[in-house]
Amino acid sequence: MYEKVLTKDINMPESRKLAYYEKVGGYRSWKKALKEMDPDAVIELVKASKLRGRGGAGFPTGVKWGFVPKSTDKPHYMLVNADESEPGTFKDRLLMAGMPHSTIEGAAIGSYAIRANTCYIYIRGEFVREARILEEAIAEAYAKGYLGKNIFGSGYDLDMYVHRGAGAYICGEETGLIESLEGKRGWPRTKPPFPAIEGVFRCPTIVNNVETLACVPYILERGAEWFAGIGPESGPGPKLYCLSGHVEKPGVYEDAMGLPLRKLIYEYGGGILNGKKLKAVIPGGSSVPVLTADEIDVDMDFDSLAKIGSMLGSAGCIVMDEDTDMVNTLLNIAHFYRHESCGQCTPCREGTTWAEKVLHKIKSGHGTMKDVDLLYEISGNIGTRTICPLGDAAAMPIESFVRKFRHEFEAYVTKEVEVA
Amino acid sequence: MKPVFNESAEKEFKDIISRYPNKRAAMLPTLHLAQREFGWLSREVMGYVGELLELPFSDVYDAASFYTMFKLKPTGKYHLQVCHTLSCALRGAGEICKHLHQKYGIESGETSADGKFSVLKVECLGACGTAPVVQINDDYHEDLTIDKLDAVLDKLD
Repeated sequence: MYEKVLTKDINMPESRKLAYYEKVGGYRSWKKALKEMDPDAVIELVKASKLRGRGGAGFPTGVKWGFVPKSTDKPHYMLVNADESEPGTFKDRLLMAGMPHSTIEGAAIGSYAIRANTCYIYIRGEFVREARILEEAIAEAYAKGYLGKNIFGSGYDLDMYVHRGAGAYICGEETGLIESLEGKRGWPRTKPPFPAIEGVFRCPTIVNNVETLACVPYILERGAEWFAGIGPESGPGPKLYCLSGHVEKPGVYEDAMGLPLRKLIYEYGGGILNGKKLKAVIPGGSSVPVLTADEIDVDMDFDSLAKIGSMLGSAGCIVMDEDTDMVNTLLNIAHFYRHESCGQCTPCREGTTWAEKVLHKIKSGHGTMKDVDLLYEISGNIGTRTICPLGDAAAMPIESFVRKFRHEFEAYVTKEVEVA
Repeated sequence: MKPVFNESAEKEFKDIISRYPNKRAAMLPTLHLAQREFGWLSREVMGYVGELLELPFSDVYDAASFYTMFKLKPTGKYHLQVCHTLSCALRGAGEICKHLHQKYGIESGETSADGKFSVLKVECLGACGTAPVVQINDDYHEDLTIDKLDAVLDKLD
């Protein structure tokens, strides 16, 4: 039986307050880090916990922290990626609104580990309420001496600020986020140099997702072995699953990494809306390859989903019932990526535009069989040919929808579907 | 008339620039502040932000035009941003858009004749578990039905 960790004590609005957070054990790990551990010991502990990033890419967090050079004369920066924008994903919003101090504490520990004295929480601009909640929580933490100068007499200083984005999906990509924080359009950078060497303001920088950092205080409190023992060995820990679309009970559900997808949909989600049958599921946010109803006997973890050709991504699970029009659905997704492509790389800028146009043509009844194949071709010409993963994010749904639901696209061409 | 921050906005601006190692990094927060103070980002307002940050107009316009939340033309007193991305679309965002079109006679991107309401279809608002969602100015309204949305809208003056 899994015992909740990240959302166990969320009880809005009380759980936003510092006093409440302290009562449930909050900031003990922060004190422990500063008093008993040096920064490298924190990095080693997080490495041993096998925590992998929860933003989508799943990179080992401790390893990432370890890339920051030990001796530089430049300031280091910790950036919290709270630009939650992948369609189907809404877990970080819950953490920030429900228990902002766990994010702040995790970010503080991460800052200490990478020897940063400044931390910015980059939150998507639309989350006005969550930004306000975080700002209030940061003010409480300063007042109590958890942030600021010479924290607990350790000689360590840390300033933390909330920085609001302004509506751009691309700023969730870490180098896009960095450019945006510098006051420019969120155009991703070519790597190398990686942010750990040269990030924001040309200084060593780490970008971590909210949920990733929220795990960190618990790792310090309960140990790396405890964390590594939850779920699959290759990517363990507590996990927040976002469930939306055609289910009876959409929402954020916490369980161990590796939750069976069927259980998420039928037990937590109460099954398909209005007693209908399942047609398809996107398991990790709209950019990952879609699964058919026959493919849902899979565990929600990095390796299990990769094995069947999809991805855990941000664990944003979007459910579609038997009546869902897959051409329309792919058009919706293609429109999103066309709108959010930053325009920097030609394959992505032109490819996403073409994909949307071809899908419009098919949907309006003017498509040919060649157009269905053209979608494949476009997808193949976007993926892996761009600076950042938005190109792949746009390509993967196109390829998987056409491959798995080709008959629906062809039905539009042969006019078996009545065109609206 | 040249836009100028009042005393309290000026104080907020000073606080904003103290948070960053250079003035350019204060771009997004300063644009948010300017938009709140002046309603939208006219050329004059962007020019003023450029003066404040010691940057050419082109740098300010370059940033402001990239982000969907920055308004380069005026909107209604109540700006309705309707999420129409997948999870909301599956749960009735299309009907909400149609309803708003009928109710106010405006398309996405337009403002009602009395200047009270503007509607904009937007991409994922990150509240997919409580779809469909409409953001009215700063506030999210979630788990909407047409009746629930009307109840909110009809109370606005």
